[in-house]
Amino acid sequence: MSSARAGTTPWLLAAPGALLFAALVIVPLALTLILSFHVYDAASGVKDETTLAHYAAILSDSYFLNIFWRTLRLAAMTTVICALIGAPEAYILSRMREPWRSVFLLAIIGPLLVSVVVRAFGWSMLLGPTGLVNEAFRALGLGTVKILYTETAIVVALVHVMLPFMVIPVWTSLQKLDPMVEAAAWTLGASRFTALRRVVLPQVTMGLLSGSLVVFGLSASAFAIPALLGGRRLKMAATLVYDEYMHELNWPLGAAIAILVLVINLIIMLAYQRVVEARFKRTLG
Amino acid sequence: MRHNGPIALLFHTLVVGFVLAPLVVICLVAFTPANTLTLPTTQFSLRWFTAVFGHPDFVASFLNSLWVAAIAATIAVVLAVAAGLALDRYDFRGRAALNALFLSPLMIPHLVLGVALLRLFALLGATGSLLWLTAGHIVVVTPYVLRLVLAALSGLDRSAEQAAVTLGASSWIVFRRITVPMILPGITGGWLLAFINSFDELTMSIFITSPATVTLPVRMYMYATESIDPMMAAVSALMIAVTAAAMMLLDRIFGLDKILVGQG
Repeated sequence: MSSARAGTTPWLLAAPGALLFAALVIVPLALTLILSFHVYDAASGVKDETTLAHYAAILSDSYFLNIFWRTLRLAAMTTVICALIGAPEAYILSRMREPWRSVFLLAIIGPLLVSVVVRAFGWSMLLGPTGLVNEAFRALGLGTVKILYTETAIVVALVHVMLPFMVIPVWTSLQKLDPMVEAAAWTLGASRFTALRRVVLPQVTMGLLSGSLVVFGLSASAFAIPALLGGRRLKMAATLVYDEYMHELNWPLGAAIAILVLVINLIIMLAYQRVVEARFKRTLG
Repeated sequence: MRHNGPIALLFHTLVVGFVLAPLVVICLVAFTPANTLTLPTTQFSLRWFTAVFGHPDFVASFLNSLWVAAIAATIAVVLAVAAGLALDRYDFRGRAALNALFLSPLMIPHLVLGVALLRLFALLGATGSLLWLTAGHIVVVTPYVLRLVLAALSGLDRSAEQAAVTLGASSWIVFRRITVPMILPGITGGWLLAFINSFDELTMSIFITSPATVTLPVRMYMYATESIDPMMAAVSALMIAVTAAAMMLLDRIFGLDKILVGQG
């Protein structure tokens, strides 16, 4: 950044975007926060009185607590599996030769650009009772297993959607590692495993951490995957919000859940920034 | 020295298989001649693709998505270039806050943006307007463009601009003839990335579309929850084709790995 004298110019340049973002991000969020404190009545709709009842209901009713627990559990499982698959895969990719490296990197992260509805639909075909996975099970004599509309289906598809978000940061941190350092460790008598653990792993910790936070945040607020692969009964936070808004028409309750999802997400993001900053300060001394 | 062993390659093959499996299955099932979701074995048919184009809802939604994505991406580029210049070239009070505001849609779940905009539009009486839907999409895709524009601006050698100024060019001429051509890869890459993200957006749009403004992903979602037939596979295959085409274009212009992996 090369700084020029500050006048009105930067503000004039940024004003159109800033106004749009204020009007369509800050104002609607404030309105939703206010809405979440409004009384709702099934007969007359949203009332002008304020209440904390929606938050109290969410935090005490076992129906909601179960859904939140499932959301956190499945998001955590997705994060762990993504880390277990994504980190080794990024490492393997980084050791490949061109052109394979570029080709497979694109194959792994390219699906990021394909609509999530399409990918969810693909998995519903694969995991359904007549899908390829069950065909394979039957061929192995295992019989038909119900996978679609179970938590397994949700996690499998979430891992598929989130994997690029884990591979990318780990890959980026591996790019900064000089391969000769690992070779030096071998020369000095370290086993492959020791070199991996003592040289490579510390280097990718930051990538792994940032990938995990992004994956967890996105999984916890994912909508299409639980909606299409979890069926009607297996709800997660996002599908719950959708139901409250579109089916129950209880907007204030839906708003309260949405605000809770937002707060959890922001806490994760802020924690992430703290960690990155602390790390940054340490390396700069 | 840096070889992947057989176990590593087996693992890699499984991962690539896992990543590509649902997309490959969709593209194969789309060509089935049968009435059910089955893999075509001996015969391939285009009947389900024909069915898509004979389905007025899907055609209308596709056109909605195309318009929304094209307009949102274009306006996002204009906003992001202006904001990018302000953020890159000037040091002013509130710069960090402005930066955070522009990148905030990346941190807010689309679900939350969706319900928030639904509330705003309901109060404004603007639900079901294509214009407001597009405005929502602009907000969601601008951060992607801004990141690429900022990266292009920070990597720019400013001596050409200074030379032009010394030779008497006005600031508009400098911008149009020097700055824009130099950051053009960032601009085109940003536009395409914005287009794809808007074209694919489901979670926010599902809250703020009405029957007349349904976008393609929302239409597909609604269709998939009601009935599942091979037409869904054909639409999906078409979407994969559109995305793949945009991806190849992005790769040519900017290098896809650079865009997706970021400048880290």
